[in-house]
Amino acid sequence: MKSSRRAFLKLAAITALGVGAGRLGFLGDSPALAEALPSAADYASGIKAKHWGMAVFSKKFTPELIATCRAACHGEHNVPDISGKKEVKWFWGASFAEAFPTEHGEYVSDDVKNRQFPLLCNQCESPMCVRVCPTQATFQRPDGIVMMDYHRCIGCRYCMAGCPFGARSFNFQDPRPFIKGFNPHYPTRTRGVVEKCDFCAERLAVGKLPICVEASGGALVFGDLADADSPVRKALRDNFAIRRNPDAGTSPSVYYIL
Amino acid sequence: MFNAKYIIPGLCLFLVLMFLPTFVGRGRPYEVKLELPKDQKACIEDTQVMRDKHMQILNEWRTEAVRDGNRIYTNAKGQKFVKSLTNTCMGCHTNKAAFCDRCHNTVGVNPYCWDCHNLTPTQKTPIPPAPDGE
Repeated sequence: MKSSRRAFLKLAAITALGVGAGRLGFLGDSPALAEALPSAADYASGIKAKHWGMAVFSKKFTPELIATCRAACHGEHNVPDISGKKEVKWFWGASFAEAFPTEHGEYVSDDVKNRQFPLLCNQCESPMCVRVCPTQATFQRPDGIVMMDYHRCIGCRYCMAGCPFGARSFNFQDPRPFIKGFNPHYPTRTRGVVEKCDFCAERLAVGKLPICVEASGGALVFGDLADADSPVRKALRDNFAIRRNPDAGTSPSVYYIL
Repeated sequence: MFNAKYIIPGLCLFLVLMFLPTFVGRGRPYEVKLELPKDQKACIEDTQVMRDKHMQILNEWRTEAVRDGNRIYTNAKGQKFVKSLTNTCMGCHTNKAAFCDRCHNTVGVNPYCWDCHNLTPTQKTPIPPAPDGE
């Protein structure tokens, strides 16, 4: 009886120690992101282009693959996970009718009709959002990326009204409590600013491809639209591709291969 | 003068109160004790430059990194740093409360950098901004 009580106490003490150590963080509780910080030297290998663009092999996309890419993007960029009208999204999926409302496909093949298309900011050549932004918080870089300077955004949401693709989301509330898969190396946003995809400008600067392209396993092709030998131009040369809502006249840089 | 017996002592009292802080504070050292990173010897620029100009430097970094895509800062000695508040500054100055806040609170400024930018590059969870809108 006595020895078993002693053994029980020992076991209890060791368990308590283990639980305590785990909570303190030197067992198990690994940092949210193990990736090393990019050093100044890493920025020398940044990739540049005349006009960044993307081709989407939509046939390869399943709702699961869209969810994988979305999770990779949203985790990398601290996009809050909110459902309903206050949703914030950089990468999402939609049906043919939602993604291409101007196609008016009356009798579309079942395959295309039931397919989910991955959607993101189209990084338009003549972006409506840039034209309407009163503070020039949204601007176009020389390499075609339509980028946001969140410091300047006053939250007027003109860009959301201007964007023909619904690619912009407004932070109606502080997004921080809703962030899942937090990446400490990338800032969050605050209440009252609009946000959107920026083709991973911060990753291109250190020579990496956008995270959705990496996560897609070849279903998304990224490259320089101005370079005839780039992978994206090769994909577009070999396959017929359409763009979303061309009548809006914004000339998107994201091409969908049906 | 009408009501001089009230106005002149009143004016004197006002002047005394007005200049009291100047006289009381004269000769006292104005000091804020900051906790500096223990594993680093030098910041990106000299201490005096950082003290005087860190806000201008951060503003320039922001504009150059976001708008011009120029993300590398070269200091007076030719060393290179990544223009990033969280990943460069807060990578060494890991304790905001013992470094940034001490001065900012003393001089009564309220920068909203950390509404969006994270406290350190090793932070595990996002921290909602203070309810008073810090």
